[in-house]
Amino acid sequence: MQHKIQSLTQDSNHTSPSRAERFHPKLLTLQAHANQPRSVEGAGQDVGRSCILVSIGGKNIMLDCGMHMGYNDDRRFPDFSYITQNGRLTDFLDCVIISHFHLDHCGALPYMSEMVGYDGPIYMTHPTKAICPILLEDFRKITVDKKGETNFFTSQMIKDCMKKVIPLNLHQTVQVDDELEIKAYYAGHVLGAAMVHIKVGSESVVYTGDYNMTPDRHLGAAWIDKCRPDILISESTYATTIRDSKRCRERDFLKKVHETIERGGKVLIPVFALGRAQELCILLETFWERMNLKAPIYFSTGLTEKANHYYKLFITWTNQKIRKTFVQRNMFEFKHIKAFDRSYADNPGPMVVFATPGMLHAGQSLQIFKKWAGNEKNMVIMPGYCVQGTIGHKILNGQRKLEMEGRATLDVKLQVEYMSFSAHADAKGIMQLIRMAEPRNMVLVHGEAVKMEFLKGKIEQEFSIDCYMPANGETITVTTNPSVPVDISLNLLKREMALGGPLPDPKKPRTMHGTLIMKENSLKLVSSEQALKELGLNEHQLRFTCRVQLQDPHSDPDTLHRIYTHLKSVLKGYTIQHLPDGTVMVESIVIKVSSSAEDTNTKVLLLSWSYQDEDLGSFLSTLLKKGLPSGLC
Amino acid sequence: MKLYCLSGHPTLPCNVLKFKSTTIMLDCGLDTTSVLNFLPLPLVHSPRLSKLPGWVSKDGTVNLEKELKECAGRVFVDSQPEFCLPERELLDLSTIDVILISNYHCMMALPYITEHTGFTGTVYATEPTLQIGRLLMEELVNFMERVPKAQSATCWKNKEIQRMLPGPLKDAVDVWTWKRCYSMQEVNSALSKVQLVGYSQKVELFGAVQISPLSSGYSLGSSNWIIQSHHEKVSYVSGSSLLTTHPQPMDQSSLKNSDVLILTGLTQMPTANPDGMLGEFCSNLAMTIRAGGNVLVPCYSSGVIYDLLECLYQFIESASLGTTPFYFISPVANSSLEFSQIFAEWLCHNKQTKVYLPEPPFPHAELIQTNKLKHYPSIHGDFSSEFRQPCVVFTGHPSLRFGDVVHFMELWGKSSLNTIIFTEPDFSYLDALAPYQPLAMKCVYCPIDTRLNFHQVSKLLKEVQPVHVVCPEQYTQPPLTQSHRSDLMLELQPPPMPYRRCSVLNLPFRRRYERVYILPELANSLVPSEIKPGISVATVSAVLHSKDNKHTLQSTNVFLPCLVLAPKPLLSGAVPLEAFLATLQKHGITEVKVEETADGHILHLQAEDTLIQLEEDGTHIVCDNNEPLRTTLRDLVLRFLQKL
Repeated sequence: MQHKIQSLTQDSNHTSPSRAERFHPKLLTLQAHANQPRSVEGAGQDVGRSCILVSIGGKNIMLDCGMHMGYNDDRRFPDFSYITQNGRLTDFLDCVIISHFHLDHCGALPYMSEMVGYDGPIYMTHPTKAICPILLEDFRKITVDKKGETNFFTSQMIKDCMKKVIPLNLHQTVQVDDELEIKAYYAGHVLGAAMVHIKVGSESVVYTGDYNMTPDRHLGAAWIDKCRPDILISESTYATTIRDSKRCRERDFLKKVHETIERGGKVLIPVFALGRAQELCILLETFWERMNLKAPIYFSTGLTEKANHYYKLFITWTNQKIRKTFVQRNMFEFKHIKAFDRSYADNPGPMVVFATPGMLHAGQSLQIFKKWAGNEKNMVIMPGYCVQGTIGHKILNGQRKLEMEGRATLDVKLQVEYMSFSAHADAKGIMQLIRMAEPRNMVLVHGEAVKMEFLKGKIEQEFSIDCYMPANGETITVTTNPSVPVDISLNLLKREMALGGPLPDPKKPRTMHGTLIMKENSLKLVSSEQALKELGLNEHQLRFTCRVQLQDPHSDPDTLHRIYTHLKSVLKGYTIQHLPDGTVMVESIVIKVSSSAEDTNTKVLLLSWSYQDEDLGSFLSTLLKKGLPSGLC
Repeated sequence: MKLYCLSGHPTLPCNVLKFKSTTIMLDCGLDTTSVLNFLPLPLVHSPRLSKLPGWVSKDGTVNLEKELKECAGRVFVDSQPEFCLPERELLDLSTIDVILISNYHCMMALPYITEHTGFTGTVYATEPTLQIGRLLMEELVNFMERVPKAQSATCWKNKEIQRMLPGPLKDAVDVWTWKRCYSMQEVNSALSKVQLVGYSQKVELFGAVQISPLSSGYSLGSSNWIIQSHHEKVSYVSGSSLLTTHPQPMDQSSLKNSDVLILTGLTQMPTANPDGMLGEFCSNLAMTIRAGGNVLVPCYSSGVIYDLLECLYQFIESASLGTTPFYFISPVANSSLEFSQIFAEWLCHNKQTKVYLPEPPFPHAELIQTNKLKHYPSIHGDFSSEFRQPCVVFTGHPSLRFGDVVHFMELWGKSSLNTIIFTEPDFSYLDALAPYQPLAMKCVYCPIDTRLNFHQVSKLLKEVQPVHVVCPEQYTQPPLTQSHRSDLMLELQPPPMPYRRCSVLNLPFRRRYERVYILPELANSLVPSEIKPGISVATVSAVLHSKDNKHTLQSTNVFLPCLVLAPKPLLSGAVPLEAFLATLQKHGITEVKVEETADGHILHLQAEDTLIQLEEDGTHIVCDNNEPLRTTLRDLVLRFLQKL
């Protein structure tokens, strides 16, 4: 079987961001008939957004429906018309699966379902279903209310879109229809993040979304069983990074925060309301407690309280330790962390502020950044990845003069630190997941081309599997070989198994003969006799009788006995009988002797066998034609 | 396929299914009704209980005054209460591969099975079942261990002596197998063997069988189980509910097309309507409080109590009970209330929607926040100083034999102002009250059992259409007390197969097919031929591999040197005379004399001196000493026949 992987996205950041076009959903087709193409198309080598389309066995599934955070126009949404040309999305797609609540994975969902139009099922986990409408609404407010953009989805559209969502539980096997089944696994990237296993017949694909292979302070590690998918589609944000131990990074982080506080500086940590924020809060909370620090810690926006509430109610999605102790001490009730008010930013003295959004592209974090950027005592810690085009990305690349709206420039004097706390798998983690799932083919997405190339080499070398990194607009063909499931009659199976002895040795091969009946969609393997019976057919007996002349100067019974002795010595392991009615039977082949009328020394042998004994019958007639050896008694 | 029935209690089942080389235990229920034969364990010294007279047989020959005490005409064992365990002699429990748990009430015997029997398998349960089951076990152990009783009465169990005891002690069965409660260490060890599963998750057992839990709608995380192979399906239904309470609704459609459906855990109160009972509960509660009395509700620490609290949450204001304190006393009260709020995935739709807001799914969070509901680990400590009357107390154990409830019975039993309201259906309330008689307190019996009733179950069975139904024998006849109610039993066609404790049933089940996988190389080499419209056949000769109960067929090419040749296929069809003659002619055989016979024709190939007898269901080639000719003729005949 072949699988075509095609990436339809035209743009990619590694070429020229200024020429960027709208990106297209990635399409992956897996078809259930042998030697048919399977293809993947869509946005590949770019961390900005995720939207992949998989076709497997004639089913079309959209994996994530993300938006690009680096754009402020049409280009932020995928170009869905590319998939169906002119048809309706609902007719084309069998389902949509959202891996987690980050906007680069679900941001275009209301646009797709309500503005482009899609009424089919959308699957996501319970926490994702709970949190994603809040982030969507938040984002809508910033875009429409603050920036005054039009042609954007409305609050009502978000609500209507969420009505189409069917919640998924971990490990639950959901039957989307008779043939298509999906199953979610824990991904550990953010609260409710899931990897998903998609199966049609004996074909399967695993899509990881974003995942993390090391447990952190609030989430567990991603896990999947040895499901041996035909294709594993993995994110590769940190394709080349092998991060040092979590503890080291945490110590580093705390040291930097502490030093800044000690010298009277302010620390700004741009975060997304849900996710890393909670982990870092837990970290600072325990540190403050231990060091008995007094400097205030603030958390911006009204989302805080609400966000922490989600963590409390979905505590089963956090890590072991938090779950075990939540009755005694809920880790998401913070003593030292208080709500932030805009006026606090001008307060003198040290403080730590968590502010949204995480890439410094808008909102409160950007406002605070502008206020504090001029003072070298201050520090900004970027705990996650920043998309190109955002201020976060610029300052991380060492830019010290920023152009702001209205031709103003901003001198960046504060210290800029990058700490990779965002919970993506690093190269080691990706390799670990491949070892867990044992895929037959690998597809890397959601990464930067150069880094992916490096990882691809490593994967192909270590696992000897093909690894693809569909560039935008590219088609790849993959070949797999599914085996055919068949129902074997228990009688036949038991008969064959019994032939191998009472305790069958799994290493010793046993032969099996039967008839395969193909009727509509069923494949049944039965014994030939049963096949005749089931199909209501009569058996047609084909028999052969052969006369062989033989020179043998003995009486007829003696000749017969001589034949018997001869065959006994030649045919080892066959049942040979000398019957009282004057015949010799070799298995079911009958041999009779009569003398020729003219010459009693010339004997005529009559051999008779059925078609089922053709080989033996043919062999015997040839053998006896040669005459009997002289030494026989 | 066999079913071993280890428990006779229809709602606390324990059955073992042997299915295709696997041994699967279905539930692990602990029959706790045995504790009704024991004297209550008071938390503080009770002069009344300690003064009860000992029992001596009427003729004075048997004196068991140390072991047995008499109270209001009934005899109780003065000893640590004991439980009636599932049968352990019927089969070797160490051979059990897996145990499937359907809800937290049906797992209380787990430590007895997994510890000290040589059990090495895995237990499967959902997360709420595990967590709440752990709480209930913890509570049970705590109840027993905090009032240790030195005495362990055994003399009364002597067969000769038991015969002479008054009922119901006389009629108690298998008393020698009764066991004291397990320890926390055994609980932890037993629960460490649990593997968590989610609804509709498919779990493979040894490649032979697939198991999958389905939502049963009865309690948080409660499940029915599907046990199936590619061709056979067994459904295990235990403790299911179609009422809308807090759990996720029951998944009925997945039970369809079962070969066997094992039905347990129907309602124990087939004539009591849960909604009506809930109304009665509220009105009796309000009446007592208004009259200045206290209300005692003996209950389990999880389950219906969530619904009771929710009902009261709506009722409190309208009944002007806003100032009445509600107490929930149990060593696991806090944990139970906290755990109930974190299982959003396992709740009904309405409660899920609340979590999305995000708000706690159960309103008891608000009752706690507003100080209307207070919870304490026991009557000792904070409770004794904060306790105000009149009040409502929820506490265990519903058998009234141990736990904090014993204290409140002693405290409030003497006053007719107070009321005890029974809501749990597991124990007969008269038996539960027996050691407290005479009693002045009012008793109200409002058993709330949300499990399926006979009407619902027959509708369900009509819908899912199992081929065979297996159920406890109790379900095949009307209850003893209502023998005229033929609607209170299962009437099915074919009739259900009843079981009782220690039954071994041979399930009427014929396995005909097994799944085998044809590897691609072999699949590509097969040559199908159409023998009827839409039906094709192909002969298969292959190498069979069987490993971990998975069978694969591989092309023989790889193994050719060591294998015998494939046998010839069977033939079917007939050889048409005209077409056959034409074919012969094409092969240069022209001189053919055709002779008609009764069953067909005889062809005489004169030049070759060979006979071919053509009949409807057979062809006979008689040929002398000419092997090349014979093989040619054979192949020509074969052209007209189908090979199977």
